[in-house]
Order: sequence, then structure tokens, then C-alpha cells
Amino acid sequence: MSERSDRLLELADDELILGWRNSEWTGIAPFLEEDVAFSSIAQNEIGHARALYELAAADLGTTADELAFDREPSEYRSAPLVEQRRMDWAHTIARHYLYETADEIRLAALKESDDAEVAGLAAKMDREEQYHRLHARMWADRLRDEPRFREALDELWPFALGVLPPEQRATLAERVDLTETQAVERNGPSDELRALLEEMTIVRRSVPGAAW
Amino acid sequence: MVTADAVWEALAEIPDPEIPVISLVDLGVIRSVDVSRDQVRVEFTPTFLGCPALEVMRDAMAARIGELGADAQIDVISDDSWSTDRITPEGREKLRACGFAPPAPREVGGPQLVQLQSNAFRCPYCGSQDTTLENIFGPTPCRSVRYCRSCKQPFEQFKTI
Repeated sequence: MSERSDRLLELADDELILGWRNSEWTGIAPFLEEDVAFSSIAQNEIGHARALYELAAADLGTTADELAFDREPSEYRSAPLVEQRRMDWAHTIARHYLYETADEIRLAALKESDDAEVAGLAAKMDREEQYHRLHARMWADRLRDEPRFREALDELWPFALGVLPPEQRATLAERVDLTETQAVERNGPSDELRALLEEMTIVRRSVPGAAW
Repeated sequence: MVTADAVWEALAEIPDPEIPVISLVDLGVIRSVDVSRDQVRVEFTPTFLGCPALEVMRDAMAARIGELGADAQIDVISDDSWSTDRITPEGREKLRACGFAPPAPREVGGPQLVQLQSNAFRCPYCGSQDTTLENIFGPTPCRSVRYCRSCKQPFEQFKTI
């Protein structure tokens, strides 16, 4: 596997898994506007994952669906931040705010890439992500003084650092006004990711090879 | 032999699957049409990457070009060459006429919350600017939800990207 496809899969896995986590709010968010918002954000993230998987699939001689659904859990490269199942609002917003801020830094670097396909896709994704960031910041501002939100931010902070390569972490610390600490790195599938994959692929596995 | 003009005309008859008042050409998602003998190559840029109508649009284009007696190759271009600024003036008017406020022009630096929360957006029903942002997100990735305080009508605003 090339360094390019390796990096594309990290990104694609983050977007797919977070998209899935965001979609867990569909139908049960605290109020209707957020039900719509998290569903729409999930749809965008999964769309980004698809485009990234397609680029990687062309390099690897496979398909986007096979990369998304048919790999072993140990082959996923997602960051531990996105794997967590956090069904409370404070943690959901804290993760959303940290992830979208990290993603902005990562995409800004990719937009400058010498690889025209990667740079073009990053620029396209970034246009959509602007709305995720507006939403995340609006909520972070609203909850800023709430102790539960502060605790959630502190708890998730080492995980957020692990989303980015080491050279981009200082920028994240500055943007979210937290002190850089030991990151929780990408390091194999968590139990929560294993459970998610089990659920996410159940229909596909039920009829192998079917055309949907 | 098929001409590029004939292909453009044919594509202008294909409605957007989710907002059928507007065609793919109005939407500005066809970047180029190249004809060589009976081969037609279309470069097509998705609006939003997660748009579920992507395959439907691609298949509709291939089928329509097939009816002209040519083989179609539809290449999906996933870069940032499409923005809502590419929606044609006719397309904007069609959107407004059926209750979608067309997107504001894209500004350098992208959308800002203060701007979305301002009264810069006009109600497509009564024309009032006394409108508020209800939700950045709406029923599809490309739309936000606003409310007109003047005619008491909620409406959908095409997002600027």
C-alpha cells in the first residue's frame, strides 16, 4: 500500500465512522433542528468518505464499497475520537467542535498538496465543511460556560490531537485554546469500532455479492 | 453525427432529481461536453459529494445521450470547480418561482454565521427581507431553512458554496 492510499484511507475512515456516529442522532436528537442538522452533516461526511475511498480504490485496484464495508476491523485506520459512541449532547458537541476544527487544519494542508486530485477533492470538501464548522462553533459558543461541556472537551482533547499528524497539533491547540498533551494515536480497532462495523455491514453481509 | 450543441440541448432537458424545476444545465454541473465521432464525453461536477442524486443524474445523462445515437462517457469530477455561482440566471429565477431562495453570490472567505443570521436574504414568496435563519441544515445537503416574518412562511434557501 502506498503512502498516498494509506493517508486517503485514514481520512476516509474518519469521515465514514464519524458520519455513522452522527447519524445515530437521526430521529432522537434533543430537538428537530438538530435531528436535521446531524443527519445532514452525516450525509456530507459519508459523501466525503465515498469520494476519498474512490481515489484510494483506483490506486488499490478495488472499489469504494469494498473499502468501506469489506475490510477486517484491524484494517481500518480511523482515529479513536470518531470511534467512540457518545450518546450525550455535551460529548457530541465537544467531539463535533474538536473534530471539525482539526479537519479544517488537515484540509488546509491537503489543499496545498502537489497531488492535483487530492488538492481538488480537499477544496471541494472544505466548501461543505464550512457549514459544519459554523454549526459546531455556534454550539461551542453557546455551551462554553457549561461545566458538562468543559469536562467533555477536556476528556476528548487527547483523542482530538490523535486525529492530526504531529506537525499539525500545535495549530489545533491554539485554535481551540487548550494545552497540547499526550495524544491518543490511531492504534487498531477499539471494541466500539468492532461493534459499529458489525452493525454497519450486517445488511451487506447478509447477501454477499448482491447488487443494491 | 451528434453535435456538441445537440448534446447540450439534450442535457438541458434533464431535470434535477430533487428540484425538478431546474435542469442540470441550469444548475451548472455540466463542465464540458466533448464529441468525437459517436463518442460523447461529459465532465460532470457534483453539487455536494454526499448528494444521493449523483447516480440518478449520471444514468439519466448516459441514457439521454444514448437516445441521440452516441456512446456516453460521464466523468464525475470531484474538485471545487462547481460553486453555486455556476447556477445560471434562468436557473435562479426558476428556483425562486417555486419557493427556493436562490443562493447568495459566493464571497471570498466563504459563508459567515453573522451573514446567515442577517436579513440579507429575501423571501421567495413575498420578497420581504425580514427573514430569519431557522437552521443551517435542511432536507437536502444543499439547502438551509429560513422563516419569513412578513408573510409567516418558512422557506428553503439554497446554500452558497
